[in-house]
Amino acid sequence: MKTILDSTDMQMAIDKMAKEIVEEAGSLDSLVLVGIRTRGVPLAQRIAGRIRESKKKEVPVGTLDINLYRDDLSRLDYHPIIGKTEIPCPVDEKTVFLVDDVLYTGRTIRCAMDALFDLGRPDSIKLAVLVDREGRELPIQGDVVGIHHPAGRGENVKVNLAETDEKDEVIVE
Amino acid sequence: MQLARKDLLGIESLSKKEIELILETAKTFQEISTREVKKVPTLRGKTVINLFFEDSTRTRTSFEIAGKRLSADVINISQKGSSVAKGETLLDTAKNIEAMGPDLIVCRHWAAGVPHFLASRLKASIINAGDGAHEHPTQALLDLMTIREAKGKIAGLNVSIVGDISHSRVARSNIHALNKMGARVTVAGPATMIPAEIEKMGVKVSTDLRKGIASADVIMMLRIQRERLTMSPFPTLREYSQLYGLNKEALKGAKPDVVIMHPGPVNRGVEIDPEVADGPYSLILDQVTNGVAIRMAVLYLLSGPKGKAAL
Amino acid sequence: MRLIIKNGHLIDPKNRRNGRFDLLIEEGKVRDILKAGHTVASADVIDAKGCIVSPGFIDLHVHLREPGYEYKETIRSGTLAAAAGGFTSVCCMANTNPVNDNASITEYILKKAKEEGTVNVFPIGALSRGLAGKELSPMGELKKAGCVGFSDDGKTVQNSRLMRLALEYAKTFDAPVISHAICSDLAHGGVMHEGFVATKLGLPGIPSAAEDIIISRDIRLAETTGARLHIAHLSTAEGVELVQKAKKKGIRVTAEATPHHFTLTDETVEAHPPGTAAKPSQDGASPYDTNTKIMPPLRSEKDRRAIVEGLATGVIDAIATDHAPHALVDKEIEFDSAAFGIVGLETALSLSLQLVEKKKLTMKKMVELLTINPARIVGLKKGGLEPGASADVVIFNPSLSCKIDPAKFYSKSKNTPFGGMKVKGVVKYTIVGGKVIYQV
Repeated sequence: MKTILDSTDMQMAIDKMAKEIVEEAGSLDSLVLVGIRTRGVPLAQRIAGRIRESKKKEVPVGTLDINLYRDDLSRLDYHPIIGKTEIPCPVDEKTVFLVDDVLYTGRTIRCAMDALFDLGRPDSIKLAVLVDREGRELPIQGDVVGIHHPAGRGENVKVNLAETDEKDEVIVE
Repeated sequence: MQLARKDLLGIESLSKKEIELILETAKTFQEISTREVKKVPTLRGKTVINLFFEDSTRTRTSFEIAGKRLSADVINISQKGSSVAKGETLLDTAKNIEAMGPDLIVCRHWAAGVPHFLASRLKASIINAGDGAHEHPTQALLDLMTIREAKGKIAGLNVSIVGDISHSRVARSNIHALNKMGARVTVAGPATMIPAEIEKMGVKVSTDLRKGIASADVIMMLRIQRERLTMSPFPTLREYSQLYGLNKEALKGAKPDVVIMHPGPVNRGVEIDPEVADGPYSLILDQVTNGVAIRMAVLYLLSGPKGKAAL
Repeated sequence: MRLIIKNGHLIDPKNRRNGRFDLLIEEGKVRDILKAGHTVASADVIDAKGCIVSPGFIDLHVHLREPGYEYKETIRSGTLAAAAGGFTSVCCMANTNPVNDNASITEYILKKAKEEGTVNVFPIGALSRGLAGKELSPMGELKKAGCVGFSDDGKTVQNSRLMRLALEYAKTFDAPVISHAICSDLAHGGVMHEGFVATKLGLPGIPSAAEDIIISRDIRLAETTGARLHIAHLSTAEGVELVQKAKKKGIRVTAEATPHHFTLTDETVEAHPPGTAAKPSQDGASPYDTNTKIMPPLRSEKDRRAIVEGLATGVIDAIATDHAPHALVDKEIEFDSAAFGIVGLETALSLSLQLVEKKKLTMKKMVELLTINPARIVGLKKGGLEPGASADVVIFNPSLSCKIDPAKFYSKSKNTPFGGMKVKGVVKYTIVGGKVIYQV
């Protein structure tokens, strides 16, 4: 087990991500952050917090459960328990920033995009991830990336967050 | 927690945990029905056959909408009459349908036990959409969901089920469901419509409507199946309506915050007065809405491949 | 042609024998009963070591289905099943197609039985013409053709006047009237015993009262007419009481009970005894198995106990199977629509032996219920092994374990709720008229 980000590193990475998201988004009025369950949700909230501090602006944060859109449902032993999808405003004509903890194969993001399209027609969808571990199986890239950490197939890159896992860290197992 | 079963045949064999799982899942599915695009791709490529041996526009439509919102292919097959009349065994019928490769079969039948018959002989998951006077599990689940929404809880509530208990699968499923969730159930109706030894199912029995609903938090009215009764167990609809019909007058003795439910279709003016059916305490339309969410949840949870492997 | 059955334990209640005897058979008849250990020159020998040797069993109540329903059973397959079950004589009910309500049908059945049957067949004639419950059947003609009793079995004579006429008229021929006692108005579409299980399963119930009312009526009519009444497949505790009281009063009434009624209860409709469900569901139980749909229905535990008690005390005179073969097309359908009845010839002995094992009956009593008592009810000169008697014999090992396997039944139909059940008791030889017709 190896720690690749500790709590302070993570703070810095999130700060950096928040800054870049503001730049990428252009207008803050049309920006919506949508966290992908589970750990994308607290990440999106933290980013929204940073933007609030720096820009004095409240950015809406939504929650997306992508399980209903997974392409591997028929391979699972049981269908997963579904969490709530809640986005506080219509996504039509918005710049939606999807937020997730780890970007790996890209399949989750594909699901998330499908899910978003069922909810409306955003002007653009962008992607922010804390860790890009490489190993993509689909043509999907992060627009805002906390850190790049190329990891092997057998490795598990795990993001722990204070909100869900008691402490902030990114580890590789 | 998983729904580790191939079929949903009745509430009786479900655990409280399984019921909670279905209710929780249904809650998340409610949101889908409020979207502009009311569809998710979850059951794409799955085939659901609505196999109905008895007319039921309401339940069939509810399952059909549920399946379609999950992107399943939903096919309706109606069959009338008994196997005997056709000279074909029920198994023949079932095998023919199985040969079409359905993943789930939603079965409604006028005879109790047919879903069990199919479940033990077919690979597809069987969902009981009402079998004779036995069970109607998705109705009880949607009723639980509706009660919980209205009252914030189920445990500790007094629920009165009023009407033809003998012929009611809704009553039986709800008795099992409410008992498992910790509610107290009273059944009320003419003595001729109360089946033998029903007390052993864990209910109180009353043949007096007013006494039967006096302490109720929830009243479930049952439909009088006029078409089903030969040598009617009550003299006239008029007398039934006077003694057991729910109207404003009868409700005077009930709790002020009582809510009224009915599985539909309502015989207005017979078992329930229009004023009551359309009144503020009526949850009848919420039941219909929740029916779709419950059926989506059940289709979703039963279509995982594990259940089938277990057979 | 001499045959000696050696080393067995002979039980012959009619002749009060219960011990180690050898049985010598000659020219199809019992020649002698010898103390064990005798040697008899130039005879075939059957070694019955470890076995009970008994008069062949007599079943008062079977449905051979021929003529008319040969897809369910034929006289050939039904009598083979009887032989495999240790029965050497069966009484076959009249609900064939055409109904056995005239001499030509009786003669047809007897002719078929002679040509193709393996055990003795004694037809029961219809009580009413066409079993319609309206007009008396020609009992005199039927009796002359070979019928040994009269019954509308499968249907109940609902009209009390007709029942009275039948009893009065049958008296002339000293033949019993056999009552299948169910009041159809009360049974009203019922498919199982009325009670908690039926309520839970949502199946229409048949109250015990539906049976008791007709039993009462028929006993009262038997008293009025002085005729002989036999109650078929008694299933209720109250019914047992009614028969007991009637017997005490000296009314000429007898009764039979079936192995399924003294073995199973209505709970079987909801869940089979472990290991016996043909198609267990995910909960292990197999509710709504149409092989638990029987008329009269499987009753409550209280009723079951009363039946066992009635057999032990002699209130109930005979064990009869009500062997009711039905094909898949009659049974692999909705419970409500399925035919009533199960096959019983090939499971009767092992189920009866369970009562012996549980010390509810003595072996002697069980043999009595299966031999001399039923013989007397229908007036057969059978059921005993005295010198000169027809050599109808069954040899069975009461302690050999086996599993009931419907696939191996000789009956054409496999409709039984007992498949897979572990039981004891194996028929080794069945001998009819001195001839071994069945042997393991």
